[in-house]
Amino acid sequence: MQVPEVSESFTGQVIKITLGATKADGGTRTSTVTIGGARNVTYGGSIEDRSEKPVIAMDVLDTKPNKWPDVLAEPYKDVLDSPGDWAKKCIEKFGADLICIKFDGIHPDKANKDAAHAVKITEQVLKTVGVPLILWGCGNDAKDNEVMPKVSEAAKGQKCLIGTIKEDNYKSLTAIALADGHFLISEAPLDINIGKQVNILASDMGFPLERIVAFQDTGALGYGMEYSYSIQERQRLAALSGDKVMAMPVICDVGYESWRAKEANQIDAPGWGAAAGRGPIWEATTAICLLQAGADIIRMRHPKAVATVKNFINEIW
Amino acid sequence: MILIAERINGMFKDVKQAIADKDKKVIQQLAIKQTDAGATYLDVNVGTAAADQEGTMQWLVETIQQTCATPLCLDSQKLAVIAAGLKVVNAENGLILNSTPLNKKDDNEILDKFIEMAEKAGQKVSIIALTMDKNGVPQDTDTRVAIAAEMVSKAIEKGFDTQRLFIDPIVLPVKVPNAQVQPGNILSAMEQIKFLSDPAPHITVGLSNISQGATERSMINRIFLAMAMSHGLDSAIADVLDQDLMNVVATSDILTNKQIYSDLFLKVYSSSTC
Repeated sequence: MQVPEVSESFTGQVIKITLGATKADGGTRTSTVTIGGARNVTYGGSIEDRSEKPVIAMDVLDTKPNKWPDVLAEPYKDVLDSPGDWAKKCIEKFGADLICIKFDGIHPDKANKDAAHAVKITEQVLKTVGVPLILWGCGNDAKDNEVMPKVSEAAKGQKCLIGTIKEDNYKSLTAIALADGHFLISEAPLDINIGKQVNILASDMGFPLERIVAFQDTGALGYGMEYSYSIQERQRLAALSGDKVMAMPVICDVGYESWRAKEANQIDAPGWGAAAGRGPIWEATTAICLLQAGADIIRMRHPKAVATVKNFINEIW
Repeated sequence: MILIAERINGMFKDVKQAIADKDKKVIQQLAIKQTDAGATYLDVNVGTAAADQEGTMQWLVETIQQTCATPLCLDSQKLAVIAAGLKVVNAENGLILNSTPLNKKDDNEILDKFIEMAEKAGQKVSIIALTMDKNGVPQDTDTRVAIAAEMVSKAIEKGFDTQRLFIDPIVLPVKVPNAQVQPGNILSAMEQIKFLSDPAPHITVGLSNISQGATERSMINRIFLAMAMSHGLDSAIADVLDQDLMNVVATSDILTNKQIYSDLFLKVYSSSTC
């Protein structure tokens, strides 16, 4: 039986962006990363319609995490308190495409570190790796507004991806990212209407839509992944139908969300198999699912999961 | 919504004067203003006053293209005037040839000619086909749909993508005696036309016609536009400089689930189509 031709074509396209500034571009990055550009849904249309290869950003925390399960901490045990070396290991040993510095340590309820610390870490990582960076705040609006502008300035001209801006907290980071030549992450709480609104708000301040990456809070396998999936799918379809304020590439935070799942982090669970395998499987499954919904950058944590997902990407794209 | 901006038309006094004086500035300002307001295409109609209609069409096209890259819609009842415009137009970003009936008393093949002309002019060239034939403009729903069906079959038969076909079910002024039944007929026709093929042809109207000679023109245009959009209208030749009208487009797009809602949806419409 002949397979019917069901492919649809679209008029719109996901915006293509290139992160990282090399020497020629005024920065110090030794490589760049290009994402986006899809003209169809994942697997839809012709080869030319597909997006640039999705990429993996591995998380590096500014401060040694004290609540990571052993399975997750083990591969990093020699570098956990040295973000520069940690980033280097992710690139050289685990094959990360870019590094996401997650500034958990500045959170007032955690280590409550100051802007000087965050700047120092940023400079360190910029020195030790040549890939583009993602600079991700702690989620506390007041503290992020205090620290992230300094972080942005420390990486001025490097074309980093910095975030996040939200519906009720976008002005200071948008202004500074514009001035320092970075790309922005617009965040929404699994709500497509708010996602669109944040993009419009940033654009209203003169921030180019071509420099925004969209982030909808990610749900891991068993914890709302299907919501993430359908919202990404809807965003992709809006982009393809020509909605320019929804046409940006998409980032998902798979590592953090997957390792919060008890199936990933609980050691004493005899019916579920060995703990060493469970977490990476949980993380890889979530990542592969969201890639099919149209994610362009996946934030990940465990090297085994990264290897599985990289293999998947290389086989498919 | 595919908006074809109506103001560059020799029937308007300022455009008529600009054509007579060869005053480029008036035309170019209208082109820019309408583009900024959210026009997808700019209609170009020489009107009736100019003695040399073909030359005037070329002058208008060249004048507009010197200042802006918005795709054009060459508008004339005369094939020769559209053909003249085609010689100088840049169709790279898109173009509409406006318009042809199904057939005419003196030209049974007019639709074929338009399709061939569009095919020759490039991949992104569409045509507007009016649901009328040698017998004139139909007054009822069924004849409109029957003519549209013949047009769609003709396109398919000639291998012309139905998405390059804009069917115009012809809006008549509501003020004309006994014409008040027409808006209803047109809406029913639209509903049927969009099921004629898959993908469906576009449906467009010369919106301002509905309020010709009436008072409260903008109100009539706006309400009819909202009604028509809920019946499958996805294009209109309209006054994009009427901000209230543009707000109706944005709101209808939300209510028909064509655009994703956001609290700033009115603002985004014009910026997303510029």
